[in-house]
Order: sequence, then structure tokens, then C-alpha cells
Amino acid sequence: MTLFGAPLLGRMTLDALPFRDMVQHPTRENIVNGLIASGAALMVILAAITVLGLITWYGKWKTLWCDWLTSVDHKKIGIMFIVIALAMLARALVEAFFMRAQQAVGLDGGFLSPEHYGQLFTTHGTIMIFFMAMPFLTGIINYVMPMQIGARDVSFPVMNSISLGLTAAGAALAMISLVLAPFSTGGWTGYPPFTELAANPGPGVDYWLWAITLSTLSSTMTGINFAVTLYKKRAPGMGLMRMPLFCWTALCTSILMIFGMPPLTVATGLLALDRYLDFHMFTADLGGNMMNYINLFWAFGHPEVYILILPAFGIYSEIFSTFSGKRLYGYTALVIATMAIAVLSFTVWLHHFFTMGQSAHINAVFGIATMLIGIPTGVKIYDWMLTMYRGRVRLTVPMLYACGFLILFSIGGLSGIILATPSIDYQIHNSLFLVAHFHNMLIPGLLFGMLAGYTYWFPKAFGFQLAPRWGYRAAWSWIIGFMLAFFPLYALGLLGMPRRALSFFNPTYLPWTISALLGAVLILFAFFGLIMQLWQSIKQRASLAVPIGDPWDGRSLEWAMPSPPPEYNFPVLPSINSHDAFARQKGSGQHYETPEYYEDIVLPANTAMGAALGGAGFLMAFGLTWHMWWLVILGAVAVLVSLVGRGFVRQTTRTIPAAVVENQHRAWMNAVLETTPITRADEQTPANQGLPVSPREGAVQ
Amino acid sequence: MTRQTAASDIRHPGLNLGEPHKEAHTANEELAFGFWVFMMSDLIVFGLLFATYATMLGGTAGGPGPSDVLELKGPFIETMLLLASSFTFGMASLALKYEQGKLRLIGWLLITLLLGLGFIAHELMDFQSMFSKGGVPSRSGFLSAFFSLVPLHGLHVTAACLWMLAILGQMAVYGVDTSVKTGLMRLAILWHFLDIVWIGIFSVVYLGGLSG
Repeated sequence: MTLFGAPLLGRMTLDALPFRDMVQHPTRENIVNGLIASGAALMVILAAITVLGLITWYGKWKTLWCDWLTSVDHKKIGIMFIVIALAMLARALVEAFFMRAQQAVGLDGGFLSPEHYGQLFTTHGTIMIFFMAMPFLTGIINYVMPMQIGARDVSFPVMNSISLGLTAAGAALAMISLVLAPFSTGGWTGYPPFTELAANPGPGVDYWLWAITLSTLSSTMTGINFAVTLYKKRAPGMGLMRMPLFCWTALCTSILMIFGMPPLTVATGLLALDRYLDFHMFTADLGGNMMNYINLFWAFGHPEVYILILPAFGIYSEIFSTFSGKRLYGYTALVIATMAIAVLSFTVWLHHFFTMGQSAHINAVFGIATMLIGIPTGVKIYDWMLTMYRGRVRLTVPMLYACGFLILFSIGGLSGIILATPSIDYQIHNSLFLVAHFHNMLIPGLLFGMLAGYTYWFPKAFGFQLAPRWGYRAAWSWIIGFMLAFFPLYALGLLGMPRRALSFFNPTYLPWTISALLGAVLILFAFFGLIMQLWQSIKQRASLAVPIGDPWDGRSLEWAMPSPPPEYNFPVLPSINSHDAFARQKGSGQHYETPEYYEDIVLPANTAMGAALGGAGFLMAFGLTWHMWWLVILGAVAVLVSLVGRGFVRQTTRTIPAAVVENQHRAWMNAVLETTPITRADEQTPANQGLPVSPREGAVQ
Repeated sequence: MTRQTAASDIRHPGLNLGEPHKEAHTANEELAFGFWVFMMSDLIVFGLLFATYATMLGGTAGGPGPSDVLELKGPFIETMLLLASSFTFGMASLALKYEQGKLRLIGWLLITLLLGLGFIAHELMDFQSMFSKGGVPSRSGFLSAFFSLVPLHGLHVTAACLWMLAILGQMAVYGVDTSVKTGLMRLAILWHFLDIVWIGIFSVVYLGGLSG
């Protein structure tokens, strides 16, 4: 079939089906790999059918569209970002398991083909960074930050929805590559000339290119949105130095997104020009310079590391302070340390390629700059420990993650200092030592932080706690599973095992790779624990309910409202006069006060812009990948029509009458009066209705 | 033009609409600030492309170098067109701020649009002439770098022209309302920004390339 002389399906043929090789050339290797790939494709299709079927069965299409997909409420957008993150986490974890399994039996062979293994480590890295970590932190900032600064929404709610649409489109592209294969084998970094047309003419690299391009556009807009919100939408009296530390880390992350995403846009954009329009930016011939790509990529890649870790630092700061019943130790030092990390993050990108030919002097400069980052990070570790010091520490599930982080992250940081020495790096670069190091930063650092934040703010978002039993099991499994899976990789790296190795010939590696597989199994169990926890908590949601909204005796403003919060967050915008605003109000008995009068609240109206641009972005990306040019044109026209059409919309807000606000607020205030406050001893029991004993009534902090 | 904007009334960098446009003036605080932030991000894109271009100057691979394919006359005319358009957009902004009437506003905008379109047309002619001399991006790294930097600016100008058409359409339907005002204020920032980028291109690519 053709359209305007070009094939309707572009360059897509039956070869795109994951079982094609297995059927045509039924060798043992092809059958094993074909079955695994087809199983994955089947999972994607079954999951899609199940989700669509359930929505239809329960008749929820209208709810989904009106209350969620077209919503511009920062809280709902935040939740949807986190749903994407958790779904993608499941896939990338399974991929990690297969890689560990391959290496556990990889002595002289293994069961995966090099092509398949290459796709596994490429998708694992790409998904974990762009479609797990980024949506997770974006979701949590989205949910929490506006409430913490006393705002009703972000500065640009529609753009927020568009960011979500683009991330969803990128994630969908990564998922569909399982059904219409293959994905790239170039690693998450996609170094040319391997990813150039000459070496990789197929659609794999293009899938990767457009998936991360969608994610990059999303994150750039998110960064602008969050930064403007933090500068312009703080409640009266909420000075910058009165913001909760999580908001500071959100601000630094946003600034890093604004300046750190463009280098990736440039790198991938130029690579796309090479691949589509026969440019020679990074090719091995005709004057191309692949080192430009590597510099551009890491000028993004290093700030990206801090985009990922800073929000987690913010979450830990909230958790250490709340569950120690103390104000955060060294707030000002932590703010300065966060800013210092943000600035230094732009000065170290070259340490990702010490071995690629620059002079020893340049390496030394970047090595020293890298080690400097250890100083502000060390300040933070001490501040968190001193926050716990002489506090009444409650070892809740979020706190367990946080304590695991404190120890494991310090170990990872120390291995980073080792790697920052260029002469040592020459010995261990490109080995599993490096893989161990960055997983040691990202799992206890970022992922534990996100999971701790998820557990910590879940009762705020849904009105009931997550039952702690499976939460503890999951947290311990994450911590021990991580140690089993990644500490052996340090040893393997020092023994000389290269990263991304399909198989090996040295039997001394074997005990270590088997231990790593056991760790991976335990991590899968940890993920299963999270699902069990969620499932059981939903079943027991009535007894776990915390409608008053302050289950942890929190210190910042998001706890000063019901759970789940009303869509306008604050019936009357609060006036702030100190740090830890809500804790201060509780201390002086000024919390839960009825305002003198209520006003109409104007909120942004729902819009289909996010869904439209996300859908159009997906069509364009899919069309570009498979050279279906008509689809690309269709998507581009849809983008243009949406954007221009949006400019003609004048009814962009809706009003909630003061009477409605008053009724809702008074109902909650009555519930506060009728609820029995609890002490911290009952925190994780059904007695917790979200109302702590006031410190004025003798509660010991 | 006697009304002055009080210093305390300035809500965002650049030209402020001022108190007489109360609603648009207030609404513009976040919008204009956000757009400035976006401009910073976009400036990084151009900055990196300039840097990449500088490193690729030697990558001619035996093909034509700057002095073989570039010439000064066309880009000079383009510079004049673009600078003039920035001036006329400035006049449009003043017509908006001091409420000199819808007709005058539309007049200045249309002149700006024509100058912008003239710039694009002239630039396309330049590229055509480069192509005829063998200056195509597939020839060498240097030419690839040229065609990743200069046409991106042209694409920005094209997008800005489309945006202006969209705003003129909104004006036809709704008159000069708050959305139109804030839209024009942001478009103005983009327009002047593209001027600055072009001055960089003219100096680095054309003057630099032909002086060496």
C-alpha cells in the first residue's frame, strides 16, 4: 500500500515482529530470545487490553477523560506522572533481572543474543532515567511543592498538562518498541558513530532518539514551570528562606532542567540531522566530530545526575525532620549546599570521559571539581544526622528508607571520590565498578527517596495510609537486595570485568555474578512487596483513613489541609511568618482556624491540550521512527492546529463559589473537632485519623 | 507620550504595559517572566550550536570552506531587514502600551511581518546560492554545522511570523484584549531575541568566516 507514492507503513515490514527471527531461523538461540521478546510483547499487549477492558467494564471512560486526562490540577498531574513512573519501573526492573540472569550463567555463553542483550541495557538505562526517575520526581514535586509554598496551582497549569502528555508519549514509544521491534542497542548514552546511519540503519536508534526527545521537551517545560511557580506564586510572607527544604531542592532541580536539558536537545537534534538529512556532525567521515556529541551529551548528563538526586535530598530532609520531631538542623547550610551542588554540577561533565584523549591538566581540573562536590554533599549528610541527634526518632517506613540511604549513599559517594581520580579512572573505567558506583548513587539516593516520598505523601494524596507491614518488608528487601546485587559489582569491576559484557571466560567472576542475581531476585520481591502493600492498603482503606490530613505531625503547609486536599488546596491563601509554618501554627495553637470570610476561587479550566499534544507527539515520533511520512505530517498539523486553536480560547478559567468553599471547609473543621487526637506511639495504627495531639496539650516531641 | 511607568510598578524585565492596562499588566508578570526563562533556555541551545560550529570550522573534508560558499551582501541585507523589523515591532509595542489605536498597532505589526517574511525569503535565496556552489550539508562537517545553526534561527523567525499571524487572527475576532496584549508582549521578547542571535550569526559566521 502506498500513499502519495510512499509506502503507507514506511519501512515497517514483518521483521518488526519479535518472533519473526525465531520462525524463519529456528536455531536454539533464536528460539530462546524470540520467546523472551514475544513474551514481553505479549505482556505489553495484555496489559493494554486489561487496562482498557477494566475501564470499559467499570464505565470509567468519562471519569478518566474529564477528571484525569484533561485535568490541569497539579495534584492529579503529579499522580499521573507517578503512575507512569511505577509502570515503567516494573518493566525496567524485569529487564535488569534478565541482565543479571544472563551474567549469572554467562560463563562461556549464556542464553541471550548480543542484539537482545544490547537492547536490554539500552532500554533499562533509558527507561530508568527518562521514564522512571524523571516522571517520579516531577510527579512528587508537582504534587507537593505548590501546597508547600501556599499556592493553588503551578504558574502554567496547561503547560504542566502538556509536559505530562509528552512524557506519556515518550513512555508509550518505549513500550511499543517491544511489540514493533527493535529498540536501540547503543546504550542510554547513544554514542556515535555507533548510533550513526552507517553502523545502525534500522529503526532502533530512532525509537531511542524520539523517545528521549519527547522526554527532554517535557522536562524543559517542567523546569520552566516549577521555577516560575517557586519565584512568583509563594504565599504572602513565604520568603525564599522560609520555604521547606524540598522546595529549595525543587528550585535547584528546575534551574538545572532549564539549563541542562538544552545540551541534550542539541545533541539528539544533531544526531537526528545526521540520520535523517545526511548531515556529518558526528560521523566518522567527512569532517564529523563525535567528541562534540560526547561533550554535549554529558553537559546534559552531569547536571541530570543532580536533577535526579536533589529532589530526593529534599524528600529526605522533610522525612528526617518530621520523624525526628525536630526542625531541620542547619537549614541555611543545606540551602547553600544545595545551590553549591547545582552550580558545581555544570563544572564536572568531563569526568565521564577522562580516558578520551584530553590532556592530563584538563583531567586534573575536572577531577578536582568532581571531588569538590563531596563537600556540600558531606555537609548534608552531617545535617541529616544532626537532625536525628537527640530527636525522638520514629523508625517508620519512610524513615527506614532514609536511614538506608544515609549509609549506602555515603558508601557510593566514597566510591565516586575514587573514580574522580583520573589515574584510577584509567584502570577501572568502563568496568562494572562504574556500574556499581552509579547504581549505588541512584538506587539508595534517588529511588529510595522517591519510594520514601511516595509512602510519606500517599496518605495526603489518597486519604489513607499505606499499611506498614508490607512496607517494611519492601524497604528491607530493597536495602538488602541492593547490597546483594551491587556490592559484588565493585569486586567484579576491580577483577576487570567490563560493563555491558554479554559473557565472560573467567570462572572467578561466577560467585559474584550469582550473588548479584540473588540481589536482583530480592529487588523483584521488593517491588512485589510494594504492590502487595498498595493492594492491601486499598482493601483496608476505611480503617487506614486519615481524613484530617496530618498523620505524621507534619511541619509544612501541605499537612494543614484535609486528605485528600480540595482541588483549590487552600480555602484562603495563608499568610506565613516563619519557617516550618504549620509546626509553628500548631505550637501557638493557631492551626485549624476559621477564616473571617471566604471568597470565590478562580481555577484553570480543564483542557485537552495535554492529551492532544501528547497524542500528536507520539504520532510524529512513531512516524519518524518508521519513516511513515504521512503520519509525521499529520502529527505536525495536529500540533500546529492545537497551538493556534488554543490561542483563540478565551474561557480558560472556572470559578468555585465562596459558599461551596465555606461548606467544604466548615465540614472539615467539624471533623477536626470530633476526631480524637493521637500521640506518636499510635502513628502507624488505625487509631491515626490524621490529627496529632497538639504540642500545647503536652505531646512530647 | 507623557505617561511614565513608575519604578514600583515594574512587574517584569523589558517594556511593561503599565497600570492603565491593569488586567493585562498583572497577568503579564508570570507570563513574561516565564517567557524570559524560556529565552534563557533557548539561548543555551544557540550558544551550544555556536560553540559546535566553531569547533567544526576545520572540518571541511576537502570541500568548500567559508570563503568559498559565503558572501556578505545577502546577509547584510538580511541584517538590515531584521533590525528594521525589530524597530517596527518596538513601534507596535509603544502603540499598544500608549493605546494609539488598533489601526496603528496593526499597521506596525504588518510592516514587521513583511520585514520578517522578507528576511526569510532572502535567507532562502542565500541558501539556494550556497547549494549551487556545492555548499550542501551532506558535503562536510563544516557545512553540516553551518546548516544546523543558521537555518535554526530562520525556523525561529518563521515560527515567530506564524505566531504573529495567529495573534492578528485573535485580534480580528476579539479585538485588543488581555490575551492579545500578553501574547504581543511575549512575541516582542522573542522577536528582539532573534535579532540578538542574528547579530551573533552575522558576526561569527559571516564576518568571521569571510575575514579569515
